[in-house]
Amino acid sequence: MTPEEREFQQKIDAGIKVEPKDWMPEAYRKTLIRQISQHAHSEIVGQLPEGNWITRAPTLKRKAILLAKVQDEAGHGLYLYGAAETLGIRRDQMIEDLLAGKAKYSSVFNYPTLTWADMGAIGWLVDGAAIINQIPLCRCSYGPYARGMIRICKEENFHQRQGFDIMFTLTRGTPEQKAMAQDALNRWWWPAVMMHGPSDAESKHSAQSLQWKIKLFSNDELRQKFIDQIAPQAEYLGLTIPDPELKWNPERGHYDFGAIDWDEFHNVIRGNGPCNRDRLRTRKEAHEAGAWVREGAAAYARKRAIREAA
Amino acid sequence: MPENEPFEKQPDSLEDRHATDWPLWEIFIRSQNGLAHKHAGSLHAPDAEMALKNARDVYTRRNEGVSIWVVRSSDITASSPGEKEILFEPANNKVYRYPGFYPVPDEVKNL
Amino acid sequence: MNQALFTYLVRLGDNCLILSQRLAEWCGHGPALEEDIALTNVALDLLGHARLWLSYAAEVEGSGRDEDQLAYLRDAGEFQNVLLVEQPNGDFGVTMARQFYFDLWYSLLLRELRTSRDERIAAIAEKAAKEVDYHLQRSTDWVIRLGDGTPESHERMQRALDDLWMYTGELFQMDAPDTELRDRGTGPNLEHLREPWLQHVTKTLSEATLSVPGETWMQRGGKQGVHTENLGYILAEMQFLQRAYPGAQW
Repeated sequence: MTPEEREFQQKIDAGIKVEPKDWMPEAYRKTLIRQISQHAHSEIVGQLPEGNWITRAPTLKRKAILLAKVQDEAGHGLYLYGAAETLGIRRDQMIEDLLAGKAKYSSVFNYPTLTWADMGAIGWLVDGAAIINQIPLCRCSYGPYARGMIRICKEENFHQRQGFDIMFTLTRGTPEQKAMAQDALNRWWWPAVMMHGPSDAESKHSAQSLQWKIKLFSNDELRQKFIDQIAPQAEYLGLTIPDPELKWNPERGHYDFGAIDWDEFHNVIRGNGPCNRDRLRTRKEAHEAGAWVREGAAAYARKRAIREAA
Repeated sequence: MPENEPFEKQPDSLEDRHATDWPLWEIFIRSQNGLAHKHAGSLHAPDAEMALKNARDVYTRRNEGVSIWVVRSSDITASSPGEKEILFEPANNKVYRYPGFYPVPDEVKNL
Repeated sequence: MNQALFTYLVRLGDNCLILSQRLAEWCGHGPALEEDIALTNVALDLLGHARLWLSYAAEVEGSGRDEDQLAYLRDAGEFQNVLLVEQPNGDFGVTMARQFYFDLWYSLLLRELRTSRDERIAAIAEKAAKEVDYHLQRSTDWVIRLGDGTPESHERMQRALDDLWMYTGELFQMDAPDTELRDRGTGPNLEHLREPWLQHVTKTLSEATLSVPGETWMQRGGKQGVHTENLGYILAEMQFLQRAYPGAQW
């Protein structure tokens, strides 16, 4: 470690936040840009599977809730891109990387939303898993990221609840609705469990990120916490989690669970998920179709600046 | 195109390269009268008016504000962290600015 | 039941509901992240208005229906929104032209409805007017920016305004329920909204370096339940779950 690096690490160990113009190791900056932009991309791509159902929501109240929720996701993407921009990268660059397939986003959004119950399952499981990951990040070492996460966590509060509420209503409904809820849980369970990333032994960036406090718990710890929270809720709903090995272990004080199919995980990351191509194509089309609008507004602003200067 | 001249003269070379990108704005929000505006975050907008409206839509979806300021990020001049010591340390040496510096006899009240 | 009042409220509700449904299609597809969020706000506001108008309509009807039954269980012929709001989103210019025409009309209408003799209508209008005035500012801003932006944005904006012009006549058309409510002091004479509407359009388009579309044959029918082909598809999508699972709670 150079003296600068040592001083930087001491600062982090002492719980002092890093702010945009402070000195930081290049690797810290790069890791953060990668992590924050991936997170932002996930919010933006994450709008699509749910956005899918806004026009088909079964009641006006559900439609309003879903609209507000998907809108929040756009907002969260925006906050996160903003946090990443403080590290010296432009949002356009990040979006270009996403559209070129160079940047990653959470692979959970490459699964299709087939029924209304998927809106419940996504809120309950996917947002549930995300919140467990995000709450510790409110204390992460990089100031703008931590502040963004605080705002996001505050807003996300209702996301998981509205998902659970959809599931609750379905499980108390007709047999068809109950079957719809179970089917959604069957399809979303494993993708949600994989959201915390590869196990610690395999995870490439974990150790350094933990030291830098841009990750506060290991992937496996977060995953265990998620499963411990969801298992009793599923039981309350009267739904069966599709893992025959899921069982409370009184000695560990945690739920044991079955092996994760990492082969599938890696394949979806590599672009072989059911919706990878569709999601990116949709984002790309929106971006390209909007180019003339962005240019038009920029041209107007330039003309006006000239007129005002004259 | 003489029309474009003033724009070309802008110092921010980044923006020249990306003339069609919307610039970045910093958003400050007063959450209620009596409190100061506080930095809420940033966003992109083509001009100040749109930045204000976008800020309303992005940062006050939950009734967070009564007043908004928008400032072009490139218009902010910030102190450099390298100058932290010369800028802020001298203030540490002026303990006489704090009331605790002065002994007050127990019998004396309201001081 | 007061049939004219019911019809009047359903029309208000259907306008807001169908336009909100159209705007919701943009969610996740906007030209910029900021605009995505802003458009969704407008969709949410209008959806809120739709629920208020339709709930009141259901009460006036008094036969036990609610906002959802009105929204999800009527067929196209019973929807009485103006044709303008059911037109497809097209490009962002079309969406903004549609929004501009509608916001302006709706904002003028709400201004009148705030003094309606029907207190419930007056209260809803009071709340809605603030939101719609903001929508109007935004759509006006966009018409000006795109009109006076690049040659491409100018051309697209002009084409959008021209294409939708034929659906604006219906906004000011009076029929029996409108006349009945006007006579009772519940609603304004819609024909009187045309002048201020046209003034604002003219002023905005001139600032935007655009031209006001020329005289044309005005389409009509939406208010009487005779729609364009678009509405059937909107309803097929919107009502799918309620139709596939009759009587289920969601």
